[in-house]
Amino acid sequence: MAPPTRAGDYPFAPVDRVNAELFTLTYGAIVRQLLTDFEEVEEVNKQLDTMGYNIGVRLIDDFLAKSNITRCSEFKDTAEVIAKVGFKMFLGVSATVSNWSADGSECSLILDDNPLADFVELPDTCQGLFYCNILCGVIRGALEMVSMRTEVKFVKDMLRGDDAFEIRLKLLEQVAEEYPYKDDE
Amino acid sequence: MIGVGRSKQNLNVVDRPLGKGKTEVSLSAFAFLFSELVQYNQTRVDNIAELERRLEDAGYAVGIRMLELLCHREKGNRRETRLLNILSFVHSTVWKSLFGKVADSLEKGTEHEDEYMISEKELLVNRYISVPKDMGAFNCGAFVAGVVKGVLDGAGFPARVTAHFVAVEGQPRPRTTILIKFSEEVLQREARLG
Repeated sequence: MAPPTRAGDYPFAPVDRVNAELFTLTYGAIVRQLLTDFEEVEEVNKQLDTMGYNIGVRLIDDFLAKSNITRCSEFKDTAEVIAKVGFKMFLGVSATVSNWSADGSECSLILDDNPLADFVELPDTCQGLFYCNILCGVIRGALEMVSMRTEVKFVKDMLRGDDAFEIRLKLLEQVAEEYPYKDDE
Repeated sequence: MIGVGRSKQNLNVVDRPLGKGKTEVSLSAFAFLFSELVQYNQTRVDNIAELERRLEDAGYAVGIRMLELLCHREKGNRRETRLLNILSFVHSTVWKSLFGKVADSLEKGTEHEDEYMISEKELLVNRYISVPKDMGAFNCGAFVAGVVKGVLDGAGFPARVTAHFVAVEGQPRPRTTILIKFSEEVLQREARLG
């Protein structure tokens, strides 16, 4: 077979899988605990993002170990890999990349299907909640570990009545790798 | 007003098809998420008992929803009303859909009439967990105990459910036993039903 030429065509090693409903309901339990503990919806959004960040910085190792991908030459490849390989590997769904900004530093990841949000309906009291905000944190954390500082946020959310989930991904800077690494400045 | 003015993809949750429950996500995704659940709850408590209680609460929320889901999907909108049937429902149907296999064993306690045990050699939630020495007998299986409690409570079988490590001879890792102690009224009802 000819080697894949596009990012996302790379086959990744088979991964162990679990039932998506266990995952969905567990995530729901977490969000519910946060809502009870913090009461403020804004604070919950922040907390979910932090949790995601913590996951992201660890998840990147798992991802690189299993995904068989090579170094991305530019940010466009990175976005494709996240959408086609990352989401596929961990959540079993893939996203589409679109709406590139003119300078190529900003794009959208669009998800039609999102296992985190199954069975979910936001009550009136939680209208400001970005239920799946953990995903933003995961992407931000993972990219930071490969020297990219990013800003990631939801701009469309099906739970708020939009037609898809849209995550806006913005590259702030490529942090140059330094060696030997300095202590914290 | 629910569902009014929304697009088709965004039908009210009860109007959407139920799905077969066969979709999967990666085990890592779940393990990462579960680890965050445990770590977050650790910041909110000052002792192990409290931590187990909070994990149990999280599991409980999963349990009652799982019961509802499985009763619709697998049981034609019926649920079990007898003690042994509900136990075997937990041991096989619930376990199979959550963890992909039936539980390793279901036993009746030898000392007390109202105690039952479900044991699992390697509980999914404990697979990547090693408990620090200073946390003693803490068992993340408290989450699964919560799931079991949620299912039983939801089905009208209130019980106290706890998770314990039990050493197994010749095995480096202990197995986890979920101990179920039914409330008095459950046994009385069961006796009346004969």
